[in-house]
Amino acid sequence: MDLLRINTAGSVDDGKSTLIGRFLNDSHALTIEQEELIIKKTKEKGLEDLDFSVITDGLIAEREQGITIDVAHIYFSSDKRKFIIADSPGHVEYTRNMVTGASNSEVSIILIDARKGLLEQTYRHYFISNLLRLKTVVFCINKMDLVQFSEDVFLSIAADINKMAGKFEYKPHVHILPISSLKGDNVVNHSEAMQWYTGQTLSEVLHDIKPGEAQTADFRFDVQQVMHVQNNEFIDYRAYAGRVISGSIAIGDEVIVLPSGQKSKVAELRKFTNTFNEVKTGQSIQLRLEDDVDVSRGMMLVKDNDEKLLSKDIKATLVWLDEKQTIPGGRYLLQAGTRTVQCKLQQIEAVIPPENPEELVQADTLKLNDIARVSLKTATPAFIDSFENNRLNGAFIIIDPQTNNTVGVGFSE
Amino acid sequence: MTHYIQSHLQTLEDESIYIIREVVAQFQKPVLLFSGGKDSITLARLAQKAFYPAKIPFPFLHIDTGHNFPETIEFRDQLVKELGVELIVRYVQDSIDQKKVQEETGKYASRNALQTVTLLDAIEEFGFDACMGGARRDEEKSRAKERIFSVRDDFGQWDAKKQRPELFNILNGKIHFGENVRAFPISNWTEEDVWNYIAQEEIGLPSIYFAHKRKLVKRDGAFLAHSDYLNLVETDEIVESIVRFRTVGDMTCTAAFVSEANTIPDIMYENKSSKSSERGARMDDKRSEAALEQRKKGGYF
Repeated sequence: MDLLRINTAGSVDDGKSTLIGRFLNDSHALTIEQEELIIKKTKEKGLEDLDFSVITDGLIAEREQGITIDVAHIYFSSDKRKFIIADSPGHVEYTRNMVTGASNSEVSIILIDARKGLLEQTYRHYFISNLLRLKTVVFCINKMDLVQFSEDVFLSIAADINKMAGKFEYKPHVHILPISSLKGDNVVNHSEAMQWYTGQTLSEVLHDIKPGEAQTADFRFDVQQVMHVQNNEFIDYRAYAGRVISGSIAIGDEVIVLPSGQKSKVAELRKFTNTFNEVKTGQSIQLRLEDDVDVSRGMMLVKDNDEKLLSKDIKATLVWLDEKQTIPGGRYLLQAGTRTVQCKLQQIEAVIPPENPEELVQADTLKLNDIARVSLKTATPAFIDSFENNRLNGAFIIIDPQTNNTVGVGFSE
Repeated sequence: MTHYIQSHLQTLEDESIYIIREVVAQFQKPVLLFSGGKDSITLARLAQKAFYPAKIPFPFLHIDTGHNFPETIEFRDQLVKELGVELIVRYVQDSIDQKKVQEETGKYASRNALQTVTLLDAIEEFGFDACMGGARRDEEKSRAKERIFSVRDDFGQWDAKKQRPELFNILNGKIHFGENVRAFPISNWTEEDVWNYIAQEEIGLPSIYFAHKRKLVKRDGAFLAHSDYLNLVETDEIVESIVRFRTVGDMTCTAAFVSEANTIPDIMYENKSSKSSERGARMDDKRSEAALEQRKKGGYF
């Protein structure tokens, strides 16, 4: 049994929370407490169909306003697969939470109201899924029951989706499904009302996706801290605790310390009482070198020197997430992995409208939720790869030093 | 199957170790909130793995309601001795004596909610700037919305609408003086993952997690442990049965499961087939639909 990480997105009232509730219900994955809550709330509201949204809208304000504000993480398993669903909010002002949800997912589910077709948020969510290089995007055209289960409506929206997707250079696998989460059509069970649709249900699509095979990227090791231990068993033990961001490393391999460029060989790879001959992407370990070189937190170990990592000029696509606007010359902190460096927004090259990514708009300021191509200058190198080449070491966040808030997220070119 | 569990658990373990190390690197004075339950015991194990062969570089803090299961306290003391970590205990009783909080009265009286004041006082007393806890997102729906680093203001308050975006593995722990961060290294684990890990690592647990014979109070269809702390009413029925606890809170608000499961595989099988949720046994969550969120906003863990 493997694990698939999904995020759901859509505009307000597209019925994301209802879809997730429906998915869980029809997969027989609800707990007794959840089932009781659904029945109770449905009665209170005097609804005809069961109200599944109460499962994910966990905050008081969300239930009061009937909308989703923050990402909820839902964990469940079918017979064949484990799922983590990040249910992201639809309101444009909560786009930052949608980015949060999508950054840790492999699949995006984007909901569209069959009565409304593609909206601003649809373009935005597809853009972000594309920017994050998600492998699969599933469009669920929801509320088909409210358009008489019409095939024409479905085909017309599907054509709009294909037109939108055609404008992007990066092409994920795209699935387009007609569903009704309220009535349960094509979520887990095939629709009886839409005999014209012969494709897969949402559940079938999600079970067929092959979860992320390991990336073949270069070795990157983030040093979190230096450890010194002196006891009977460990005499003058000095190791670098950190995580293999990408790639792999083995005993005896030569490594280069960034930024100094000093070289040494790997003497030991350890986690707790285990030692390894080789470690790979994602592993948290302690690494010991043969020579006494100068290494401290925030430094990076690599196998081959790559000039790009040492560059202080970064070109990137930046998503601005703060109410406070920014202009060229703005000073911030840039954090990538365990490194935090000072940085300056040099230039806003163009703002990219999500509805039309080919059109580049000149702009002097970046506003909340703007997506732009920018250039940044850092005080010291931040060791960032291009996101295209290395998804695991190509993103960074921008922090406002006055508020300490995360105000932007960038993807290096 | 076995292979999958190990690799999935390894991913979770690696992520948690990374988070714990980030807490230690980014903060001046971190602490681990230790309750004696299986999640904080798992967290203690992960902390041990994150720094071995060095010792765990932060103390454990236990907010003692005075209504704990004695088995949990015994286990706690043994564990900190083995790990060689400093244990700080602060008592809800002291907060009551100082008249900072008032003991609840009546049938459902519990000290669970009173812990908040004692916790906030302890944070101030020691100047802790990061408190690690074993909360998981699958536990309860307002927990499902927590970030891994969750910023709290001077009053310990959680503002759900203003959470920082948290992307990939980049954790922004920058705070102003007086603020603190609640950090949740096992956010992404499920109850099943925790049990699998406990089995894989052969981690010891307090005996109340396994089937044992116990004097109980049957109330509102649930079984509560019989103790001097519970205010009995006429409709309460005192019974004796073989039970185990699925989650460990106060004796006054944690319900027992009638069960004969006394091995981890049996417990896992039973949990899976019961269809009931883990916190379903927490009477403190049942007070209202938003009980946990309201406590969290006020600084509860």
